Amino acid sequence: MAGAEAPAAGRHPDAAPAIELRGISKAFGTVQANRDISLRVMPGTIHGIVGENGAGKSTLMSILYGFYKADAGEILVGGRRVTIPDSQAAIRAGIGMVFQHFKLVEPFTVLENVILGVEEGRLLKPALARARDTLQRLARDYELNVDPDARIEDLGVGMRQRVELLKALYRQADILILDEPTGVLTPTEADHLFRILKNLKSEGKTIILITHKLREIMAITDTVSVMRRGEMTATLETARTSPEQLAELMVGRKVLLRLDKKPATPDQTILEIENLRVTDDDGVERLKGVSLSVRAGEILGIAGVAGNGQSQLLEVLGGITPATGNVRVKGAEIDLTGRHSDGRSRRARGIAHVPEDRQREGLIMDFFAWENLVFGYHHDPACQRNRALMDNAAIRARAAEQMARFDVRPPDPDLAARNFSGGNQQKIVLAREIERNPDLLLVGQPTRGVDIGAIEFIHQRILDLRDAGSAVLLVSVELEEILSLSDRIAVMFDGRLMGERRPDQTDETELGLMMTGMRTEVA
Amino acid sequence: MMDFATILQVLDSTVRLAAPLLLACLAGLFSERAGIFDIGLEGKMLMAAFFSAATAAVTGSVWLGLAAGIAASMVLAGVHGLASITFRGNQLISGVAINFLAAGLTVVIAQDWFAQGGRTPSLLGGARFEAITLPLADTVRPVPILGPIYHDLISGHTIPVYFAFSMVPLTWWLLYRTRFGLRLRAVGESPEALDTAGVSVVATRYAAVAICGVLCGIAGAYLATALQAGFTKDMTAGRGYIALAALIFAKWRSWHALWATLLFGLLQAIALRYQNLQIGGVPLPVQLMDALPYILTVVILAGFVGRAIPPRAGGEPYVKER
Repeated sequence: MAGAEAPAAGRHPDAAPAIELRGISKAFGTVQANRDISLRVMPGTIHGIVGENGAGKSTLMSILYGFYKADAGEILVGGRRVTIPDSQAAIRAGIGMVFQHFKLVEPFTVLENVILGVEEGRLLKPALARARDTLQRLARDYELNVDPDARIEDLGVGMRQRVELLKALYRQADILILDEPTGVLTPTEADHLFRILKNLKSEGKTIILITHKLREIMAITDTVSVMRRGEMTATLETARTSPEQLAELMVGRKVLLRLDKKPATPDQTILEIENLRVTDDDGVERLKGVSLSVRAGEILGIAGVAGNGQSQLLEVLGGITPATGNVRVKGAEIDLTGRHSDGRSRRARGIAHVPEDRQREGLIMDFFAWENLVFGYHHDPACQRNRALMDNAAIRARAAEQMARFDVRPPDPDLAARNFSGGNQQKIVLAREIERNPDLLLVGQPTRGVDIGAIEFIHQRILDLRDAGSAVLLVSVELEEILSLSDRIAVMFDGRLMGERRPDQTDETELGLMMTGMRTEVA
Repeated sequence: MMDFATILQVLDSTVRLAAPLLLACLAGLFSERAGIFDIGLEGKMLMAAFFSAATAAVTGSVWLGLAAGIAASMVLAGVHGLASITFRGNQLISGVAINFLAAGLTVVIAQDWFAQGGRTPSLLGGARFEAITLPLADTVRPVPILGPIYHDLISGHTIPVYFAFSMVPLTWWLLYRTRFGLRLRAVGESPEALDTAGVSVVATRYAAVAICGVLCGIAGAYLATALQAGFTKDMTAGRGYIALAALIFAKWRSWHALWATLLFGLLQAIALRYQNLQIGGVPLPVQLMDALPYILTVVILAGFVGRAIPPRAGGEPYVKER
C-alpha cells in the first residue's frame, strides 16, 4: 500500500513523478524532525499530507523550499536530481510555496509583491506592466481575481492568500505547496480556494496540500500521506481510504497509559462559561460562543487539534486575553475585560493556571527556581518581611520544600529554570500552582515534551488535586492524555465545542473525527 | 529689520546649513528603509570630516579629501553592517559605539598628526570646496527679485550642496522606480518576503548600509572642507541626531526629508543671524537661539508631530525561521 500511485488521477501514468523524495532525514539537536521520508507525487495530481502538529510536515516543506538543508536523502523534480540550498533554487526548480503565515510586504501593492525578486531588469516599469498582463490572464484562467493596485494591508486573508498563489504562478511554478491553507479562511473562501486548486490541477499543475483537516483531504486530494513523529507512516489513495483510517494513522494506536483513578465524585459547580467569544488582533474569531461547566472534584478534558481555540480558552480564563460572554466561578461573575481582568485578580478568585507554553508563559528561564516558584504569589503576606522587603529566606525555604514534594531533580532552588529538563520545569510550574489548593486549575499541555517517568507523576498530581475537591480544566492535544485523565471530554474544533463524551463511552477514532470537524451523530 | 536682502542672506545660509543635514538624513533614509537603524550618522560624519580635512591639508586636494572622508565613513558603515547584519547585534548599541569611537579617535589622531590641540591646520585654496557661480548669474543679477534670488540664493554654493539637493529626486527615483529600490523597501518591511522571493536579505541590507556610508562621508567632508575650513573637535555638533529627527519628521520619505532639513537649516540660520534678538525690549539669550534646532529635535522625537510609522522590520536582525 505504501508508495501507491494514483493512475486514475495521474494524467501520465508512465511519466516521472513531479516530485520525489528519497530518504529525507533532518534532526535538530536530539530531535529527529524528519526520519527517512520517501514520497512520490505524480504530475497533475493533488497530494495531501496529514499529521498532527509537530509530526514534521513543516520541516519537510522547509527543506523543499531551501530553508533547511536535509541531513540525508535526495530530492528529484521531474525525474531530475536537484539540490535546493535556498529559495532561489526552489523557484528555479518550479516549486512554489504558500506559507501558513504569508510572506507579503504589507505596504506594497499586489503588483509590487508579485514582481519582487523576478523583476527582470533594473527598472520596475516594464516588470509592472508585464505582471499586470499576466495577472489578468491568471485571473481569467483560474478565478484568481485580485485588484493589482490594492495594497496588501487593505486586503483580507483570503485575498492575501490569492496573492501568494499568484506569486507562485507568476514564477511559473509547476509544483505548488500549500501549508495549512484553510486555517485562516472562512468556509466560503475555502470552497473558492478548492475550486482554484482544481482548476490548477486540470492545467497540469501538481499540488501538495498540508493540512490536519481530514475533510479537506477527502474532498480534494487524489493521494494522501500520513506523517507521525517525523516519519511518513503511510501513503494511500484517497478513494480507497476513509477518515477513520486516516485518523487512526495520524494519532497512532497505542496502549493507553492506565492510571490509578478512582471514580469522580463531582460536587457543586465551580466554573460556568456561557457564550464565550474571542476575536484576535487579525480580526479572526477564535472562540465562537463556547459554553461549558466544570464541577468540583472532576476533570473536564478539552480535546482538539492545536489552533482550534483551546489556547484562547485558557488565556481568557487565566486573565491574559479579553473576551465577551459570561464566566462565573463559584457563582460569582468574572470580569473578562478591563483593569481587573489579569492573572493576579484571577488567582485571587482561586484560579490557578499552568500555561501551555511553560517556557514562555510559565517560567522566566533565567531566573532561579525559587524565584519561579513564587511568581504570581509574591504579593502573599507570607512572602513579605515588612512593607517594603520580601522575605527571600522564607520563600527559598518554601521553594525547597515544594521541590522535594514534587520530586524536582536536582532539588536545588538556586538553579536557573533553564537548567532543568522539560519535565522538571513543568513540575516547578505545577508545584507553584497546585500547592495553593486552587478552586479551579487550568492546565494546558501538561506533559508536552516531558519524559515518560515525569508524565505519570504529573498525571497523578492532577488526579490528586481533583480528589481533594478542585475543579480541573485540562487542555491537551494528546488524546491519550485526555482519555486517561478526564471525567468528561469536550472536543473543540474551529472555536466551537463539537460535543461532549464520557471517556468510557468513546474512543480515539471517534474523538479524532470530531477533532477534524466531522460530525458524528451519537446520542 | 527684515528687508529683502536680509531674507536672502538668511535663506542662503539656510541652504548651506541644510545641505549636510539633508545628506545625513538621506543616508539614514537608505539605511532605515532597509531595516537597519543607524544612530551612528553622527560618528560617521565626524570621522569623514576629520579624514577629509586631514587628507586635504596634507595633499592640498579637496577631492582627495572627499575620497578619504567617504572611505573613513564607509569603514564605520562596514562595522555597523557587520555588527547588525552579519552578527545580528543590537543596532542601537552598535551605533552608539561608533559615535563614541569617532568622537575619541578623531581628536587623538588629530593631536598626534598635527599637534594643534585636536584640530587640523586651516585649509586654503584647492584644499577647500569653492563656491561655483552658475551660468548667467552675474548677467541676470540686475533683474528685480528674480535676479538676486538666482545670484545669491541658487548660484554661489559648493558642489556638495548641489549634490545634496539633487539627491532628493534621485533617492525618490531609486526607491520607487528601480528594482533595487523595491528590494530595499521590501527588506525593511518584511525581510522574510524578500527571502522567500529568492533575494538575499544580507546583500540588500549591506548595499543600503554602504550607500548610507557614502552619503555620510560626503556630509562630513562638506562640513570640514566647505562649510568650515578644517576639522575641529566635535564639529558635527549633533547634526547626525538632528538628521535622525528630520528623518522621523519626514516619515522616511525623500521629499519630506528635504522640507524637514530645510526647516532645521532655517532655524540654525536664524540662530546665527540673530545672535542678540530682542522681543518686546527683552533680549533673548544667545544660548536660546543656538538651542532652537535642538529644541525642535526634542519636540519631534517626543512625538508631537503626528504618528510616524517606521519601517516594520526596522531594528530587528533577520533570523530565518521554520
